[in-house]
Amino acid sequence: MARFLLQRLITSVISIFGATVIIFFLTQLHYDPRELFIPDSGYGLTEEQYENLSKRLGFDKHPVIQYLSWIGRTLRGDLGVSLIRQQPVAQILGGKIGATVQLAIGGWIFAIMLGVPMGVLAAVKRATAWDYIGRFFAITGQGAPPFVVGIILILIFSVWARNTFLALPAGTRPANFDWKFYILPCVTLGWPAAAGLMRLTRSAMLEVLDSEFVKMARAKGVTTKSVVWKHAFRNSLIPPLTSALIIFSNWLHGALVVETVFAWPGVGYVALFESVNGNDFPLLLGAVFIYIMLFLVFALMTDLLYALIDPRIKLGQRAR
Amino acid sequence: MRAWWFIRRYPLIPIAILVLLLVTAVFGPLMTPYRYEIGEIYDRHLGLFSRGTTGNFYLFGTDHVGRDMFTRLVYGSQTSLKVVSVALVTGSIIGITLGVVSGYFGGWVDEVITRFVDIWYALPFLLIALIITLIFGRGLNILMVVLTLVAWTGYVRVLRAQVLVLRELDYVNAARVVGASHVRIMLRHIMPGVLNTAIVIATLNTAGLFLAESVLSFVGAGIQPPTPAWGVMVDEGRDYIEFAWWEVVVPGTAIFLVVISLNFLGDWLRDRFDPRLRQLD
Repeated sequence: MARFLLQRLITSVISIFGATVIIFFLTQLHYDPRELFIPDSGYGLTEEQYENLSKRLGFDKHPVIQYLSWIGRTLRGDLGVSLIRQQPVAQILGGKIGATVQLAIGGWIFAIMLGVPMGVLAAVKRATAWDYIGRFFAITGQGAPPFVVGIILILIFSVWARNTFLALPAGTRPANFDWKFYILPCVTLGWPAAAGLMRLTRSAMLEVLDSEFVKMARAKGVTTKSVVWKHAFRNSLIPPLTSALIIFSNWLHGALVVETVFAWPGVGYVALFESVNGNDFPLLLGAVFIYIMLFLVFALMTDLLYALIDPRIKLGQRAR
Repeated sequence: MRAWWFIRRYPLIPIAILVLLLVTAVFGPLMTPYRYEIGEIYDRHLGLFSRGTTGNFYLFGTDHVGRDMFTRLVYGSQTSLKVVSVALVTGSIIGITLGVVSGYFGGWVDEVITRFVDIWYALPFLLIALIITLIFGRGLNILMVVLTLVAWTGYVRVLRAQVLVLRELDYVNAARVVGASHVRIMLRHIMPGVLNTAIVIATLNTAGLFLAESVLSFVGAGIQPPTPAWGVMVDEGRDYIEFAWWEVVVPGTAIFLVVISLNFLGDWLRDRFDPRLRQLD
């Protein structure tokens, strides 16, 4: 186990190294990288200050030294200063991570609460209306882009149903906790994941329901309810459970877009909305760095839990 | 009954939708008399099937500057199709080459390529796309490059695994004994064996590329207004969602239908050509 852990950690470090090198290489491709670190068109910047910028940011040194000092600064928590807000990037983003994690957990809970029961239902009542509803749900989850789903949900629940009991708010979350503001973003984020979980649970359940020991239990006269929940459900839990974790790490993308649609004050909103619309490169760079870290931490956790839950996975091999 | 059986067995509806998309993209400009960038100022926010002040007929209504939604949809499909097909072709060539090469040669070449793909998977694509647009500016060419960077990854791992099996087969060894060069073996003897898989991946990949293009355009890092793109239309329409639902629903439905059709077609092709791939998702 310790060896597996070590191996996996080394792979993560290599991935981080590679990812940062790629990003650094991209910034170097700009015809004058200094331009990325000054506000648009350099308003109010004298010629002298512009020249000094190279020295301050270290652009006059060898690229390798530049890279190393950039990584060093970043690891010490110094992500630079935002061009628009003139605040340290680490400070801005630090206050936003909580909202992103809240959104991710909310969406995850929705995905599991909806996807797993629907999968069981679709498998047990195979080829009935339930199965077709489930499959329709899976297809929409697979194909509908999150930003369209989010906006359609806003249209239905915040515009058309605004005077009924179904009305749900969309928009900036108030400072004090209000569960209503969580529903639409979490549903939007969790929808594709719920569809994926549903498909997995369905196929796993079908496989187990078809196996010999379930037939045996049925032959002995065990009730259907008991067969489904005690025999089949427990044994078909491994694939959905493990994939639930994988989904979590794949989610960071979805969270970005959902945050933009619902003006959710998280890392994604800052990265997509503020930094792109304001050409704020240091802010974007910081957000990307945090995202890569989060992604790799989740991937690492997934692999470890995968190995723990399913002993059939050979330790030391990559669990993918 | 027989018609129903036919529809269930073959993906007719997805194919119909995709053919419609192709036809509108190619011949669309001939079908609509209006311009996509200039609207009638008195015809703003008109609903579906409405008539404007000057007698214009708007099939899908108009948007916030009085431009015909149908016209914008048609021109938007043209732009998307152009971008996606360029990215798909270049991405496929890169991905298939890397997959075949890494499986065929093995050793350190394989190690380097696989490692690189692993690292690439750890990169958050959307954010990398944003970094690229902030560094190099926004435009169609940049967008094509960005989408190419996404398009190639899907092939490498799957094709590599298949080539690992193929290269041990007797007919490949026979070709080597006869004295065929590496390039010839890869092109003539290995490629036909992995082509089915590559086609399946390409179809599923196209759905992903369409989605990526629309997301990027929606966020403001893809196709720039006034050039119409479905993602841009959704983004513009959402400001007027309170009273003009069609401005969001029409382009949103279009994106949804195309992506779902491609997914369906891809699934069907996969079941037909390469059932082994099923285990992968």
